[in-house]
Amino acid sequence: MKRRIASLLSLVVLPCALSMGFGATAVMAAGTKNASSGKTELVVGLSQDLDNSLDPYQITAAGTREVLFNVFEGLVKPDTDGSFVDAVASGHSVSEDGCTYTFTLRDGVKFHNGEAVTSDDVLYSFETCAATATNTAVAGALSDIQDITASDNEITITLPEANSSFLSTVSSVSIIPKDYTDQATAPVGTGPFRFESYSPQDKVVFVRNEDYYGGAPQLEKVICRIYEDANALFTSLDAGTLDMASHLALEQVNSLSNGYEVIEGEMNLVQALYLNNAKAPFDDEKVRQALCYAVDVDSLLELTEDGHGAKLGSSIYPSFTKYFDETLVDAYPYDPEKAAELLEEAGASGLSFTIKVPSNYQPHVDTANVLVEMLAAAGINASIQKVEWSTWLSDVYQGRDFEATVIGFDAAYLSPDALLQRWVSTDSSNMIGYSNEAYDAAIEKAHHAADDEAQVEAYKEAQKILSDTAANVYLQDMADFVVLNPAFTGYEFYPLYAIDFSKIHPAE
Amino acid sequence: MGKKKKINGYLLTGGILSALLTAVIVTGFFWTPYSTTAMNAKEKMQPPSLAHFFGTDNFGRDVFSRVMQGAGTSFLIAILVVLIGCSAGILIGSLCGYFGGTADLILMRICDTITAFPAILLALVIISIAGSNVSNIILALGILFIPSFARVVRIQYAGIRDLNYIKSARLAGVGTGRILYSHILPNTIPILVPAMTIGFNNAVLAEASMSFLGIGIQPPQASLGSMLKDSQNYLTSAPWYALGSGFMIVLMILAFSLLSEGFQQSNR
Repeated sequence: MKRRIASLLSLVVLPCALSMGFGATAVMAAGTKNASSGKTELVVGLSQDLDNSLDPYQITAAGTREVLFNVFEGLVKPDTDGSFVDAVASGHSVSEDGCTYTFTLRDGVKFHNGEAVTSDDVLYSFETCAATATNTAVAGALSDIQDITASDNEITITLPEANSSFLSTVSSVSIIPKDYTDQATAPVGTGPFRFESYSPQDKVVFVRNEDYYGGAPQLEKVICRIYEDANALFTSLDAGTLDMASHLALEQVNSLSNGYEVIEGEMNLVQALYLNNAKAPFDDEKVRQALCYAVDVDSLLELTEDGHGAKLGSSIYPSFTKYFDETLVDAYPYDPEKAAELLEEAGASGLSFTIKVPSNYQPHVDTANVLVEMLAAAGINASIQKVEWSTWLSDVYQGRDFEATVIGFDAAYLSPDALLQRWVSTDSSNMIGYSNEAYDAAIEKAHHAADDEAQVEAYKEAQKILSDTAANVYLQDMADFVVLNPAFTGYEFYPLYAIDFSKIHPAE
Repeated sequence: MGKKKKINGYLLTGGILSALLTAVIVTGFFWTPYSTTAMNAKEKMQPPSLAHFFGTDNFGRDVFSRVMQGAGTSFLIAILVVLIGCSAGILIGSLCGYFGGTADLILMRICDTITAFPAILLALVIISIAGSNVSNIILALGILFIPSFARVVRIQYAGIRDLNYIKSARLAGVGTGRILYSHILPNTIPILVPAMTIGFNNAVLAEASMSFLGIGIQPPQASLGSMLKDSQNYLTSAPWYALGSGFMIVLMILAFSLLSEGFQQSNR
């Protein structure tokens, strides 16, 4: 009996003891600050190991893509504002009807193995990518290509019909040397950094590409150390072993004690209370609008993230600057009385429903907690049901068996379509069963818009329809924190998963 | 000269702790210092103070109030689980032990099968099939606790049924029901009470583990297990959050274990 009590005690006391241990390390680390000014070698902490294959077309994990962003480039590449800039191509033009794209190969671009990039390499890259890419969206878009030809340094791609997001597909086709077979273990591309070595579960090393057409980056070497354990990564960062780490949580940033610079960006997610538009009670627009009025996003941000994070009004996040419509952010100001009125009009006073939320994503669970409390203030009785991630996928996402859920959608590729296409009434991933003819028409219009301006206009119209009909209760794009040794500066966020080492340089 | 009666330390400490705990828990049913769900962005992560004994959590909720509520929930669940397990266990155990035979053999093998699986695992399966709510948790744990009681009771009955006073009672024509529950049952109490306290402690831990795993009590209702889970992320910045709920679990188990140990000693 006594032994039993003792063992029970040790079980419960253990977490508390651990917390003391961590506290002590944090205090000790504060004394051993890293003095590394003037360094041109950056040590980065990664929170997950790379994919087994480093072949650019075989990458599945976002964590692998974000570092290999420095090694590989397409004819064009994404920029920090969500547009595409010329990379391996020095220029590109689109025909009047939007069906023919012409790319001019940049002079003097060399692969990391020293060979010059030729139009043969480009053709080879497009073929290989179309045949082997694990990203089905990219492979699918490439299979639509009617014709691709090269003459001298001009590459011409013909499409059967105008596709306004084709440049995002082109940017996903990394240009690789023809007939080079070791991409999986020793990747060779054209980017600002050259891959040097990789030892699984330990580190991956990049050195600068002295021949880079855009000028050699200022950092000589980037060493990415791999930590599978988030606590170990944080302890190393706080102790000064690492110069940089990204995707840190607010509570980690708050307990950072070494004076490193904290750079705040966004996760690039559309977090919302997604409502099942196909089923009662949320098939009624008024009920959905009532929920929008009943939620105070400002105080939600204050409660869950100390006010960090960016508010959303529709299914596009702010770092898609070109398409983001900020006027929608405050379309539904906090007004619990109006919410109650709308509910009464809809005959749904005393509404009660269940929010299914994946239990492994604490930020979403936290948000759901706050929502329940807020909705209660407006007389709406919401309850939470935590489900396993696999259950969420099968029941909520595929089975559409839910009333409401809190989740964040990200963009699989750099195009508004990645976020907006799914709410088209016939789309197979239209989880909420949203069905609106005007919306379908707006998206269709965007796809076939010949010029950029008309396209942006159409995408904005689609966002406005989502907001007007209160398709979901749009909440926020959660804050993402990058911590950087003050000896370095220049970090910039991208609207997709990428850490651009070439922009980072030693601080003066 | 009479020997001075030795003070039973277990009973005393256990009694005081249990009384204190019960007082806190019963108070928690009717009143808590703060609302258990109201959030306050200005009071996030406050360290323990006179205003907030156990500090506040990441939503600015008072940890002490939530611990009170959570302990109350655990307490109720554990008591009901033990009641279900114990009464069903007595029924099955008494019949099996007294009559024996094939039915006994089959029922005991079923009990063996149930005990062969870890209780939490089986409870997880039942909850994920039946859905997660308080009555399902109680029912699932209650059923899983039956074998441990049934077995203890059965052995007692099997031992006592052939004793002379039972034989005499039978010869005197006393009904079977009376023999089972007013002649034999009181004799099982010295064994049954420790079994119940151990059962109670296991039920507290089982409920906490299930809530820790996210399939027990659903937020925003407070539960000691889910509080421990939520506090994990704040171990470095707000250790009091974990300490509050951890302390309560330790205290509940310690108090009732000491109490049962004390009872056993005073019976010796």
